[in-house]
Amino acid sequence: MESGTHMTTTLNRPAASSPAPMKPALTFRQRLNVLDMKASPYLYIAPFFVLFALVGLFPLGYTFFVSLFDWHLLKGQGDFVGLRNFQEVLQDRFFWNSLFNTLSIFLLSTIPQLIVATAIAALLDQNLRARTFWRMSILLPYIVTPVAVALIFANLFGEQYGLINNILESFGIDRILWTNETLPSHIAIATMVNWRWTGYNALILLAAMQSVPRDIYESAAIDGAGTFRRFFSITLPSIRPTMIFVVITATIGGLQIFTEPRLFDPRTSGGTAAQFQTTVLYLWEMAFDRSNFGKAATIAWLLFLIIVLFGLVNYLISQRIATTGEGRAPGRGAGRRRRKRSTAPAVVLPAAGPQPPAPGSAEPAATPAGTTPRSTR
Amino acid sequence: MTAIGTRPRPTPTRDARGRALRRSLLGNGRRPGFLTYGLLMAFFLASAYPLWWSVIIGSRSNEALGQTWPPLFPGGNFWANVGEVFDTIPFWLALGNSVLISGIITVSVVIFSTLAGYSFAKLRFRGRNGLMVAVIATMAIPTQLGIIPLFMMMRTLGWTGEIGAVIIPTLVTAFGVFFMRQYLVDVIPDELIESARMDGASMISTFWHVALPAARPAMAILGLFTFMTAWTDFLWPLLVLGPGNPTLQTALSQLQSARYVDYSIVLAGAVLATLPLLVLFVLAGRQLISGIMQGAVKG
Repeated sequence: MESGTHMTTTLNRPAASSPAPMKPALTFRQRLNVLDMKASPYLYIAPFFVLFALVGLFPLGYTFFVSLFDWHLLKGQGDFVGLRNFQEVLQDRFFWNSLFNTLSIFLLSTIPQLIVATAIAALLDQNLRARTFWRMSILLPYIVTPVAVALIFANLFGEQYGLINNILESFGIDRILWTNETLPSHIAIATMVNWRWTGYNALILLAAMQSVPRDIYESAAIDGAGTFRRFFSITLPSIRPTMIFVVITATIGGLQIFTEPRLFDPRTSGGTAAQFQTTVLYLWEMAFDRSNFGKAATIAWLLFLIIVLFGLVNYLISQRIATTGEGRAPGRGAGRRRRKRSTAPAVVLPAAGPQPPAPGSAEPAATPAGTTPRSTR
Repeated sequence: MTAIGTRPRPTPTRDARGRALRRSLLGNGRRPGFLTYGLLMAFFLASAYPLWWSVIIGSRSNEALGQTWPPLFPGGNFWANVGEVFDTIPFWLALGNSVLISGIITVSVVIFSTLAGYSFAKLRFRGRNGLMVAVIATMAIPTQLGIIPLFMMMRTLGWTGEIGAVIIPTLVTAFGVFFMRQYLVDVIPDELIESARMDGASMISTFWHVALPAARPAMAILGLFTFMTAWTDFLWPLLVLGPGNPTLQTALSQLQSARYVDYSIVLAGAVLATLPLLVLFVLAGRQLISGIMQGAVKG
């Protein structure tokens, strides 16, 4: 309709439109409107990209630049050394030690956590009385900040007066050197992580369990499958994508663990013999205790590569699993790769807001909300 | 585990048994047995005890630590210990900084993420899908590893020791954008936006009058999690603020670094620092739960 009107105006006054004879002349207001429509979408997303470029992308790139130099915390940029920092860090015993510690703590915190969280989620995935209370009860540790968690558990695991050693001793068991020995210190630090995150992850897994249509369970039961069989043949395969998601988040976070080992023994940087020095802690020590920015940047860059590598491996594995999972639980898994499928609107977030008394009991209703947690991030 | 808890009780006739089975499978009416509650209770006690234990020790003197079996209930020393905490660290300054930092970050993240999420979800523009993939890809990048140049940047700008140095890097997050996009894509009908545009509303006023009201529940959840993440952040504030102008977390860590550590004071501090989030938990626990279950995710 608009273009029609313009046509007539143009025809009436051909001279006026000489700069752009092919296009109908727009009024100022209309031009503004078009500009508004064209530019606004970019304007709205610009803050994210500008900020990310400044505080995310640029620092990461610059880290590589710094790693090619002798670079001192205070004296600043020194000589160009090429890849010598990389050579030295890769031959550094403490770098590998820190990687070993990081991985060890990561495994000790991820595997038991996933198992317990799944079990708790299965317990919660029933028609419980006081459902909200139980859900809140498992989330309690999440509101204790990592710093407070570290302070509390550093005390519980204290070698001389710690509660845990006191109790062990009262049962006639030798005191364990929680801070001075490698494996015990890893267990202590992993316990902090597990304590804070298990309930949280149980809730994510619970959401996944609740999106499994209940009639699948019903027909399985009619076919004679017992509770355990149903759990292993239906529940586990169905929540696998969510489990992978939990593992991926745990990986990205776990490989960068800092607060817990830093505060477990704040007088040292990861123990007297670096027995629980994680890689980020080593990076910290290199940069701010030893003032060697060049090497610290090298460590950061190497860790970055390792995390990306882990991410890729995770991604490939989850691709495979998702594909094989498709046959078992129709409708889920498969091509719906959480991370990539940004454009798939199939997804997420039914009515958000305080969850209405929906889930738990009358579950079939949850099918439209279905795919929630899988599509998370 | 649950087998025993959920198995239908023996019933007289086959018919009734079948009905009970069916009912249990549909989840109507059937309640799990005591074993389920017992296990959940055990897990709850394991979750709560470390916190309770810090309340006990934090309200007594160091002697309580030496006992094999700690006392079951708090003592009367809490306020004295808290007084010590106040003497050791600038608690109120730290609390003020934490509130200010987390508050500003939360407001900013929610506003910018909603704007960007709306744009990705509902507006048509060239490169939309590619840019959205870019946003998601950035979530997998461990930006924490860029701290060295970031620190150099802040030092050059003279911002070290200023809370702005903590606020600015997290003014908008990839997760926030993605989260809002996922929510808004289903929640706002396209016709609603079109009709607002037909009525001559500008883009921003369409956003204001159509998208914003619809986005509110997700904004609340995003705000909650952003606040939590900002509040618990440790590494970057520790680095860039230093001991002079701490956040609650970095101040708390100073308690542990003192030369002679008095654990009852350390734990009193830990309890004190947990109180604000405990209040938040009581007030907004349900929203936290539904947020997690809908896929809000670790920062």
